Amino acid sequence: MSYIEIRNIFKIFGPDPQSALELAKGGSDKDEILAKTGHTVGLHDVSLSIEQGETFVVMGLSGSGKSTLIRHLNRLIDPTAGCISFGGEDILAMDIPTLNAFRRKRLGMVFQRFGLLPHRNVMDNVAYGLEIQGTVRKEREAAASKWIERVGLAGYETKYPDQLSGGMQQRVGLARALATDPEVLLMDEAFSALDPLIRSDMQDELMKLQAELHKTIVFITHDLDEALKIGDRIAILKDGKLVQVGRPEEIVLRPADDYVQAFTRDVNRSRVLRAKSIMEPINSGESQAVREDWPSIQAHARLADILPVALANGTSMTVRDAKDTPIGTLSPQQIVDALES
Amino acid sequence: MFPEQLNVPLGKWVNQFVDWLVVNYGAAFEAFADSLLTVLVALEQVLRGAPWWVVLIAIAAITWHASKNWKLVVGLVVAMFAIGMLGLWDKAMQTLALMIVATSLSVLIGIPVGIAMAMSNRLRAVMLPILDTMQTMPSFVYLIPALMLFGLGKVPAILATVIYAAPPVMRLTDLGIRLVDQEVLEASRSFGASRKQILFGVQLPLALPNIMAGINQTTMMSISMVVIASMIGARGLGEQVLMGIQRLDVGAGMEAGIAIVLLAVVFDRIGQAYGKRSQRSHDAEDA
Repeated sequence: MSYIEIRNIFKIFGPDPQSALELAKGGSDKDEILAKTGHTVGLHDVSLSIEQGETFVVMGLSGSGKSTLIRHLNRLIDPTAGCISFGGEDILAMDIPTLNAFRRKRLGMVFQRFGLLPHRNVMDNVAYGLEIQGTVRKEREAAASKWIERVGLAGYETKYPDQLSGGMQQRVGLARALATDPEVLLMDEAFSALDPLIRSDMQDELMKLQAELHKTIVFITHDLDEALKIGDRIAILKDGKLVQVGRPEEIVLRPADDYVQAFTRDVNRSRVLRAKSIMEPINSGESQAVREDWPSIQAHARLADILPVALANGTSMTVRDAKDTPIGTLSPQQIVDALES
Repeated sequence: MFPEQLNVPLGKWVNQFVDWLVVNYGAAFEAFADSLLTVLVALEQVLRGAPWWVVLIAIAAITWHASKNWKLVVGLVVAMFAIGMLGLWDKAMQTLALMIVATSLSVLIGIPVGIAMAMSNRLRAVMLPILDTMQTMPSFVYLIPALMLFGLGKVPAILATVIYAAPPVMRLTDLGIRLVDQEVLEASRSFGASRKQILFGVQLPLALPNIMAGINQTTMMSISMVVIASMIGARGLGEQVLMGIQRLDVGAGMEAGIAIVLLAVVFDRIGQAYGKRSQRSHDAEDA
């Protein structure tokens, strides 16, 4: 069983969700239910398993239900039907004090428009989660200082949110979510409100942090490039329904339907695809396929990093795994095909 | 002509109800009135007993605390000084005491009611027409039962003032809390804040500018009640206006009217300064 289990979640907005639930379970889609009952289907039979320590991205356009989904994980929204568990613990069964304790200790959340407390300075914002937990001032300020420095905002402790740029505000939001040392980080379009350059910086920063911290991150975005860049696995949501779940390469190489295909069309494939997923594998023992003068490349290398090698040599390349064992070959033609398709 | 058979004897019922209140709860009303009166009289004695310059210094200090603007301090001190020059200092202090008690009572009742209205849509739906009634019902209508329950004097004046002046602070507390950014609230909830932590740590601080505007309006409305309050025996500037009207002494009425306006200006500017301060609290700290 995975760390976070979401089973058959339905969320229907309206005065009498139960009546519309029967229709939804019977297979009616969003538009039909809206026309018949006036109820809006937020999520339609969504099931997901999220592993501990992975960065799981939920991608969808506005109205796809992605923000609704992430709010189910800390019960800012309760489902109309379905189960959600963390490490085997049913979070829907929790009463308010248990739920609050669960939110305090195990979850951190980062918001699209930052959600900072405008009447508190950077220090007090970052220390907010610890303050809610009842940590004494000295201790929480020590922890907050550490995280403020970690996100590169040392010296800004006494500034207020409206005195900071968007990127800096979101650094505060990130530090605030990390300050309580949560197991799970929920990020709701955390970088969508930022300028492209700043956004890219923040993505790199997050990946660097994640390489050290190994949190379970659930990241919501409407941007496929962002999803492919930071996600270990990606779920694609459309009209409240799950369309596809898979690793970035699976999404690009084998889109589940036209909807996903349309998304992946403009993706820079060389940044997503890795040597391993497009190489010609060699069976163990058959080393004759590999020639000594071919350059070696790592199985996890991205095409963007392989291209200079391929262009410089013009020959095929040997793909080696982490133990330096040859596991496949890659010809320039294969690269061209992968980038074209 | 509207058919007489359909008449509802509402007036008779109200009379019976008030009679019943007086007979059965007269003692309780009297005890409540006495405690209110004690507070008011004590405050009045302090204000009237204090030398005029002490009051001026106090007002200057409060204005400075609120605004950090010496021009405003000078302006308001001059306004208060002018009231003294009109020969109405003592009466102004009586009015001031009545106002402070009525405003405090309005705020003490109004903020919790406003919070409750923000928490419950149902309560809000019930309260809004009641607040409309409180503000539009001619004050004499409830002055009469108040007189029957509490007798002539200061207490019914305070109560009439509270009924008239409390709605703005209730409305604006409700509005201020409802206007708090949803994402900030979500953030606070997502960190596991309890309802109490959200109310005192997020909603009230962020609603403060609106609440301050409500308190300011409440203060202004309680000043505007001084003339009516004087008709049921409250002393002060309103009494002077009333006397001016009764004796056709236009000059005396005008003097008292100007004094009321000056008092209102002083309180409005102090209230607004506090409102601004609550809005941009951190600018002052940076400066």
